Amino acid sequence: MGIVTLFRHRSLGLGAVLTLLLVAMALVSLMWTPYSVTDIAVRERLQGPSLAHWLGTDHLGRDTLSLIMAGAQNSIAVGVVAVGIGLLVGAPLGLLAAARGGLLDQAIGRVVDLTFAFPAILTAILITALTSPGAVNAIAAIGIFNIAVFARVARGAAVQIYGREFVRAATALGRNRFDVAVQHVLPNMTSPLIVQSTIQFAIAILAEAALSYLGLGTRPPQPSWGRMLLDAQTHIYVDPGQAIFPGLAIAMAVLGLNLLGDGLRDVLDPRLRIFRAG
Amino acid sequence: MLSFLIRRSLALLLTLLAAALVVFVVLEVLPGDPALLMLGTEARDDTLAALREQMGLDRPAAERFVRWIAGFLTGDLGTSYTYSVPVAKLIGDRLAITLPLAILALVLSTVIALPLGMLAAAQHNRLGDYAVMGFSQLGMAVPNFWLGIVLTLIFSVTLGWFGSGGFPGWAEGVGPALQALLLPAIALALPEAAILARVTRSAMLETLREDYVRTARAKGLGYTAILVRHVLRNALIPVMTIIGLQFAFLMAGVVVVENVFYLPGLGRLTFQAVTQRDLIVVKDVVVLLTALVVAVNLLVDILYAAIDPRPKSV
Repeated sequence: MGIVTLFRHRSLGLGAVLTLLLVAMALVSLMWTPYSVTDIAVRERLQGPSLAHWLGTDHLGRDTLSLIMAGAQNSIAVGVVAVGIGLLVGAPLGLLAAARGGLLDQAIGRVVDLTFAFPAILTAILITALTSPGAVNAIAAIGIFNIAVFARVARGAAVQIYGREFVRAATALGRNRFDVAVQHVLPNMTSPLIVQSTIQFAIAILAEAALSYLGLGTRPPQPSWGRMLLDAQTHIYVDPGQAIFPGLAIAMAVLGLNLLGDGLRDVLDPRLRIFRAG
Repeated sequence: MLSFLIRRSLALLLTLLAAALVVFVVLEVLPGDPALLMLGTEARDDTLAALREQMGLDRPAAERFVRWIAGFLTGDLGTSYTYSVPVAKLIGDRLAITLPLAILALVLSTVIALPLGMLAAAQHNRLGDYAVMGFSQLGMAVPNFWLGIVLTLIFSVTLGWFGSGGFPGWAEGVGPALQALLLPAIALALPEAAILARVTRSAMLETLREDYVRTARAKGLGYTAILVRHVLRNALIPVMTIIGLQFAFLMAGVVVVENVFYLPGLGRLTFQAVTQRDLIVVKDVVVLLTALVVAVNLLVDILYAAIDPRPKSV
């Protein structure tokens, strides 16, 4: 399928553009931001948008645009690791459950159900109660939840694929279970896993922002959109504008990934049901 | 139906017990000495010893777990280290804010989403459909806590119609209390309504393709009558499942949104207990929130089974 065909799909095109913008912003911020995100200039604190500071400055006089650009790095890093954990652990678990069936399938199913009883926020709270707040806690909490999500999605997809003729034929020809799972079932599970990955990425960005807003996620001086909103709320009567831009950044990033996920679903497999949980 | 009820209730109890065990192991077994974790390494020996005694840490972990579970059944959840009040009373007071907030948010979400989903289905691939789907995409992308901040900015800071947070208490009357809960409930409800509107739309579109709808059309029944009498009733089954699932997200959402509005509910209590390392409160509240989520899911399963007999045989 060519790039042009992909971009003819409106939500896929818009989602891809917004997601590319997010990635570009993070990549550029690795090398350049308008101002340093660690430079404090108290005399320039809580300024509104101007030519010098397009989106104004925060309560420490740091440039808001620079903080938002650097915050994209944080969101992407958390998203990539949390989705990676989910995919690498959850998908094989789901495949294993579908391949073996019986007691193992039931046991994995019960553990997944139990994980769903703890939304990512509660898991993060439990982890933070043991350790101290930090980005690693947020990643671990979202990652654990993602393992359950990917295990369920992978199991569902694998069970369907195991029922198809070509898998039955491979089994009848005497191929061992591992070969059947890896060579025949896994390659056919990629569509639902790709679609779910984009949705979980969006959910990871939302969850990380919420945890950082609560002070349980990313710690200063590492810029984070959620943390920026927490700081902005404290000064909402003095400079209301500061509460707008980080929220818009989160919404645009999540909107892009959601549209990308929906678009990919339509292109890859319109019958897929997307699982939304966080 | 009775055996289904018994099986589901047993599964609920087992899930709750497993959840409680996970929480207990994480907070009381993994840290080694929970008293040291709560008070820090700088704490005096006699203070540590007193807390260890209060938490019964000299007894084996299995005995402490059984006592804790028995405490849930008798309403004795111990005393909060930070607040020096029985945890059961603390939770009861906070639930009086969180439960009405969650219910209000659930009602608002449903009241917003059902008509929007119906409109989108009725106007499939036309302007109304695109508008609802656009709202839905935006609603799913907006974080509830940011929506809370924006609502405060508009209705409290700029227009001055609402206070910017806090809760007057139910003793001050239902009006002021509901007023304090309205903005947080909207912040919680809109992102959920965005998802629910989508589900309602696709459930109605699926039902519209059914044979009995074609028959109703052939009988000459009006389009609105078909939508309300035939389509909505059947589309409500998947919609109700999602409403039940959303209760779990609302319970997670209250932890964040109560902090935006400084509402002294269960969510804020959880957050404060974590930051103050009051593990006695954290473990009770986390299990209670989990119990609420699991219980609502059971309720949805039962309602689902009562309406549609198929899931019972699964």
